[in-house]
Amino acid sequence: MLNRLSTYLYRRPRLVLGLLLGPPLLYFVVVYLGSLFALLLNSFYYLEEFTGLVVRQFTLTTYAKLFTPTNLGIFFRTASMALTVTIADAIIAFPLAYYIARFAPKKIKTYLYIAVTIPLWSSYLVRVYAWKLILAKEGIVSWFFNLFGLQFILDKILSIPVIGGSSLSLSPIGMFIAFCYIWLPYMIVPIQTALERVPKSLLEASSDLGANPAQTFRQVLLPLAFPGVVAGSIFTFSLTLGDFIVPQVLGNSRFFIGQAVYTYQGTAGNIPLAAAFTMGPIVIMIVYLLIARKLGAFDAL
Amino acid sequence: MTTPAIRFESVSRHFGEVRAVDQVDMEVRDGEFFSMLGPSGSGKTTCLRMIAGFDRPTSGRIMLYGQDVSDLPPYERDVNTVFQDYALFPHMNVGDNIAYGLMIKKVDKAERTKRVDEILDLVQLSGFANRKPSQLSGGQRQRVALARALINHPKVLLLDEPLGALDLKLRQQMQVELKAIQKRVGITFIFVTHDQEEALTMSDRIAVFNEGKIEQVGEPSEVYEHPASQFVAGFVGTSNVISGDVALRITGSSQTFSIRPEKIHLGSMDEAVDSDMHSVEGNVRDVVYLGLYTRYLVEIAPTLDMVVVSQNLRTTSADVNSVKGLPVRLSWNKAHTSVLGGRGA
Repeated sequence: MLNRLSTYLYRRPRLVLGLLLGPPLLYFVVVYLGSLFALLLNSFYYLEEFTGLVVRQFTLTTYAKLFTPTNLGIFFRTASMALTVTIADAIIAFPLAYYIARFAPKKIKTYLYIAVTIPLWSSYLVRVYAWKLILAKEGIVSWFFNLFGLQFILDKILSIPVIGGSSLSLSPIGMFIAFCYIWLPYMIVPIQTALERVPKSLLEASSDLGANPAQTFRQVLLPLAFPGVVAGSIFTFSLTLGDFIVPQVLGNSRFFIGQAVYTYQGTAGNIPLAAAFTMGPIVIMIVYLLIARKLGAFDAL
Repeated sequence: MTTPAIRFESVSRHFGEVRAVDQVDMEVRDGEFFSMLGPSGSGKTTCLRMIAGFDRPTSGRIMLYGQDVSDLPPYERDVNTVFQDYALFPHMNVGDNIAYGLMIKKVDKAERTKRVDEILDLVQLSGFANRKPSQLSGGQRQRVALARALINHPKVLLLDEPLGALDLKLRQQMQVELKAIQKRVGITFIFVTHDQEEALTMSDRIAVFNEGKIEQVGEPSEVYEHPASQFVAGFVGTSNVISGDVALRITGSSQTFSIRPEKIHLGSMDEAVDSDMHSVEGNVRDVVYLGLYTRYLVEIAPTLDMVVVSQNLRTTSADVNSVKGLPVRLSWNKAHTSVLGGRGA
């Protein structure tokens, strides 16, 4: 019976393909793309302010609301944060990934790999709140600065307009630190993978042809690892763009995109505006990917 | 005599307990095509990598035209390498790959383009400058790798089994071409291979490596006709190696000797044997007809076969097969035996 079934399937490779791909494809189309479509649809409705009900009628007034100075400020703030976090993570992750990929002995490599991913095993909320304690006025960072009589440096940093605040745990600087920490593994792993895929003989060839280590890095290693940096930056950038917990816990009163979406769809009940807000990061990501492609990030894939 | 291109002064390279290269002394002459031949793990590639600078000797010195380069990094040595996997930069086109060395040396763009065109001509790839390496066939990549190394006019060109990945026809064609290019540019080539036929075809001289040591250095004919050790006799072509009592019976001395299968005449028992010939009697145990020639296995003592190869000049498959099982007399010119010294004898 089972044999006959296998034979039957063996003769119909297309059926097998259909059976294997069908369920995930169905899920992808219905649940994933379907909900995205519903989101898009909702963003073209509007909220009747007087009744507080959603009017299902095509309009661009909801989108028009995005272009108020406050809301544009939210987009700008979030995108700048996402960009700085991405750049900082890339700078921190590269040497580490480089060491893991090229120099670490096999055993140490395993440990490092676990060390990099271990934070992902614990709850993200716990880690964000841990950062709140670390960065708080009475926290370990302040204590450390105090210990060496360097409080004035911390005060100086916190007094920087826009990104400063009353304490690290209530400022964009604090958010930046927490974001960098939380998304770092997502940057290290793709860069490490990309670096590992560069054959050693290419580096030897470069050196053989007269390039010193810095030139080899610039001419061969970096261009070949760049797709990994871009892959990592897609994670760090989009995750920062959509996050609402870190700004909630560590930020000040200025909203980020995630918070705006959360507020509008929740207490305010303004689903159309929340949906329109969500389209923001999607558009930003599309622009980001187009730029990445223009930079040749996908050429070597 | 002029300064040797490369000189090894008791060079060793140990990897932990393993002596990959063990006290090697060797000289490569200026302008010659020098092959390092040996099985995998014999130390030939490690020697090449030490000349290039990718590995450093544990002890000993490596001289490049009289200059001690043992501790110089690869980018400060005037040698270039053609890698086994070609190691072409996938993110650059053929022209940029070839011009890489010149770009690093900050040669200006116009000069670079001119020299790339010249070298592409030399390796018969004119017009390929804008292709990506991924769009080339194996043979073409190999030529690009060669061009990328040659364009820098290195003092010595190192080739690490560059023909290994090519199919037989292409490999034979490239062997001839490589040799021709070497003659034209006049650069010293050091060629690593495990293929004895390749080494015999192309080299001016061959060094046969075994277990981290050099067994013999010499011209191809010398290495083939007068192997210095049992290992060389067995690795370069096939040989009958005879020792002990059987050797005593044949030559009157128990010293181990080798004789090439194609030098042996297979004759009937009643054929006369000249005084300058060695001879031995045996039974034909097996016959393998191979078209161009036939290989006979002749049992000359219990559990001791000699291999005899004979060209099918006048014989057909029916003729050769009829010999099977018959007693024969093998004979060969005394001058063709090589008495083996050295290790493994």
